[in-house]
Order: sequence, then C-alpha cells, then structure tokens
Amino acid sequence: MCLDLIQEMIETKDLTKIFTIKKAADIPAVVGLTLSVAEGEVFGFLGPNGAGKTTTVRMLTSLIGPTSGTARVNGFTVGEADQDIRRSVGILTESPGMYERLSASKNLDIYAHLYDVADVDGQVDKYLRMLGLWSRRDDPVGSFSKGMRQKLAIARALLHEPQLLFLDEPTSGLDPEAARLVRSFIQELRDQGRTIFMCTHNLNEADRLCDRIGIFKSRLIEVDTPENLRKKLFGRKVVFHLREVHPGWLDPIRELEGVLDLQIVDKKLVIAMDNPDILNPQIIRALVQSGADILFVGELRHSLEDIYLQTMRDTAEEEVAG
Amino acid sequence: MKHIITIIKKEWAEVFKNRMVLFMISFMPLIFTILPLVMLYFTSQGMGDMSDISTADVPVQFLEVCGEGITGTECMQIYVVNQFLLMFMLIPVIIPVTIASYSIVGEKTTHSLEPLLATPITTFELLAGKSLAAALPAIIMGWFAFGLFLLGLPIIGTSAAVIDYITGLTWLLAILVAGPLMAIASVNLAIFVSSRVNDPRVAEQISALFILPILGLLFAQLAGVIVINVMVMLSFIGSMILVDIGMIYLGTTIFQRENILTRWK
Repeated sequence: MCLDLIQEMIETKDLTKIFTIKKAADIPAVVGLTLSVAEGEVFGFLGPNGAGKTTTVRMLTSLIGPTSGTARVNGFTVGEADQDIRRSVGILTESPGMYERLSASKNLDIYAHLYDVADVDGQVDKYLRMLGLWSRRDDPVGSFSKGMRQKLAIARALLHEPQLLFLDEPTSGLDPEAARLVRSFIQELRDQGRTIFMCTHNLNEADRLCDRIGIFKSRLIEVDTPENLRKKLFGRKVVFHLREVHPGWLDPIRELEGVLDLQIVDKKLVIAMDNPDILNPQIIRALVQSGADILFVGELRHSLEDIYLQTMRDTAEEEVAG
Repeated sequence: MKHIITIIKKEWAEVFKNRMVLFMISFMPLIFTILPLVMLYFTSQGMGDMSDISTADVPVQFLEVCGEGITGTECMQIYVVNQFLLMFMLIPVIIPVTIASYSIVGEKTTHSLEPLLATPITTFELLAGKSLAAALPAIIMGWFAFGLFLLGLPIIGTSAAVIDYITGLTWLLAILVAGPLMAIASVNLAIFVSSRVNDPRVAEQISALFILPILGLLFAQLAGVIVINVMVMLSFIGSMILVDIGMIYLGTTIFQRENILTRWK
C-alpha cells in the first residue's frame, strides 16, 4: 500500500485528555497523542486495560472533547464539526448496546433513520443478509448470542456506509468461531478500501489484519508496521539447523559484515543479522566449507505478542528509571 | 424533526413491549376515572336535600364556588369532585415518570447510550424525542380518562349543575392546559435526574417528588386554605409555563454527553 499518495483520514497533534475528578488526582487518560492514519489503512491500537484506547476513540468520534491538542477526522476538526464527524464515521463500541426488546431489523431501522440513510429498508436488509442475521431479523435481540449481537453492532456501524470505522475490541468475549467470523468480515471491509481504526487486545488478530500498529499506554509508545516493529525490537534472526555444531565453524561467520549476534541453541545456530537476503548465502557457504551438514534454514519470527510484551517491559523499565 | 420522531418511535416500541409498563399506564387513569364517578354516585344517592349545608360541611370559601341556584347536595358533590380535579392533574405527572426516569439511565445500564450519542443526533433532538415519548401518552391518557369521566357523569345520574361545573373553565384549563404543562415539567425533571444518576430506581424515586406540589394543592384545598377556581388555575398555569421553560433550559444545558459517558460508573 502506498501511504504517501493518499489522504490522511485521522490526524492528531498532541491530543490530550485529562479527567478531573473531585477530591482526587487528575487522571491523564491520553497524553500528547500525535498520529496519522491514511485512507484505506487498518490501524491497530494496542494497549493494556485502562491505557486510554477507548477514550481516544471517543475523542476521535466526537463523543468527548479533548483537554488540549487537535484532531482531524475525515477532514473535519474535532470540537468544531462534531456533527459532521459523527455523520461520517462508523463506530463499534466496546459493548454492542442494543435495544434488547426490539428485533434485529428494528434496531438497525432506528439507526438507519438517525444516520439519515436514504434507502433505510435496503441498507437494513443488505447488512442483515451480509452478516448472516437475515433468518433472525424479526427476533428480539435479547435472544441473540454474544456473537450475533456483535455482528449486529457491526451492521449498525456500517448502515450509512462510512469510509472510516472505529472498532473497539471487535472480538472481545467472542468464542473462536464467532471471532473468526467477525475477523473475516473486518478483512472484507479492509478489502473494500475502508479505513479502520481498531482497538484490540487480540495480538494475533492485529498482526493479521493491521497495516500498522500503535502500542499505547496513555501515550503512544511505538507505531509502525508489525514487520518494522519486529525488526526494531528484535532485529531479524535466522535459525540454521545443523546435524552437528563445532565451535570452530563459527569464527568465519562472526567475521561476516552484518552479523549482529550468534548463539548456539542445541544443534542450531541462531544468527541475528541486518539483511538475511545477502547474508544467508554467505553463511551457508561458510558452514558448508567448514564441513557442516545443514538440515534446514528458517527465519525466527517473533509474534506480535513478543513485540507488545517487550515494548511494555521497556516502557515499565523506563518509567522506573526515570 | 425526523430524528425526534425516530426517538419517539424507538421509545414507544421499547416501552409498549413491556406489559407491566402498559398496565401501569392504563391502570391509574382508570382508577382515577372510576373513583370520582363512584363518589358522585353515592353522594347523590345517600344524601338528602342538604339545603342547610354550611361551613361545617365544606370550607366557607367553597360556598362561593357553588353560587346561587345550586342545591346543598350539588354543592357537596362539587366540593368532593373538585378534589378529584387534582387527581386528574396527577395522571400526566405520574405516568411519564416511569418512562422518562428510565430514558437516559436505562440506556446507560444497557450500554446503548454510547452508540446512540455517536449518531448525528443533536442533544435537543434527543431530549425532545425522549420528553415527547414520555409526555404524549400521559397527556393523551389524562384526556382520555377525563373523556371517560364526562361520559360516565350522565350515566350515573349527575345533575346538570354539577356537569356544568365540571365542564366549566376551571376544569378545562386544568385538564387541557395545566395537565400537559405539568407533564412536560415532570418529564424534563425525570430526564434531568435520569441523566445524573446511575440507577433507574433512584431516578424514579427522585422524579416522583414532583407530585408533591400537587399534593400540596390538594391538602391546601381540603384544609380550605385555597379554592381552585379560574384565577388560581390561571396563576398555576403561568407558574408552570415558567417552570417548563426553566426545566427545558436546565435539561439541555446540563446534559453533557461527556459527563454522561464518562462519569457514571
């Protein structure tokens, strides 16, 4: 995806939200958030509970105002064009918040009217069918499973065809099958070119769906593509599985330019390097010349969970240090 | 206007699916209709001419209301039925409290408030929709109950003089003007309270305090401190208009989306 050529759907500068509570210390929920999300991008917003993710979404959807800083969403400025922002974005809140006594179609019908949708019936039918709720359209939402409610809430967020969607924990509390259905639907939305700002705890989900990840705990700690975050935090590591390992084989490898670190783990060489495309053939040649039998070679891929946990650990250490 | 109508339809669709609420909405007006009819029937049957009716029977101020050409029985009936005028005025106050006090806090507890506030609806549209959804059934039920009461009067043999009094300006102002104004005030108070508390029961209890002024009028009349006549009713209507304006202003200015979303847990 070429991010340079397309417009920013979300732009924040020093966005800050501090909650003032009587007879208690102020709570800085979001501090100095500067961020941009491009059109068509899926942006994952990761952080622990209470990190301020929902507060950020609420500010960006004009539900609450920032204490300081600025934000532009879909071309509109938060605090100046709140109605326009609310009209132009879709939001999946953390709790589906449906009217339990009313049917699925009635729930959607209400929101279609509130979003001034031109073809109310058409849009309601379209999303009920698309999310597999058509056969239950006349049933009260109170009788729905959590997964069905979540799908209905997604349908509600899409009724007015917003190009920018905020999804707050879209698969939270869902069983694996329901979560998979929701994820595949988010994938569809991504394929349609919609911009998605997604708060999630599910790191695998973020890894699979997001173009970029922001790791957040009241302030933005890291933001990049999952791949760049891996590189930044762990570098790239390649594992060479050998039949035997002799310490004498390692010296020529250590001398190669670009090899950052080398470790022996059982009968494996774990080599951290800058550019495996260039170095792997050289290392293989060196090992073969030394008489090593190479069984296979693979890149050690750190999960997003590793990245997230490492970032959080680093942040905690920084906070303690200073 | 489209958003207001949507909110009204939404509220009614939810409320009228709850049979208990429906029962409460229809039960009280029926009781308040039947009770005065029963009282009137028995006062006309059980009492004699009562031409010697005096301040020992009704407050002295009330004798002026009866006027000339009205028998003692009729005067006593007018005195009795005048207490029920306040009951009819209570209908549009009590009925909407159940609906209105739940309107915001109920949405908070079911987490439906946030997606609702995330739509392009304005605060005025939201509050107007919620207020009208609660007030209209109450006003209509109040008028309906009064209509039933009027239909019942000739059936139980009420004299023309008493019917003339009940269909007079004092009663019409009370039912057609004061009642709806009180409904608007009580609904706005209930919605205001509902947006400030976290428990629907607390909202209902606090909002129910609005019946106290009516009870005050009732006891004042029973004690002979005041007699509800056209002047009293016009003064009351004037005061209610001011209260309504104040309540609507208070409701829309104090309703802060941010506080409601972030300070309720």
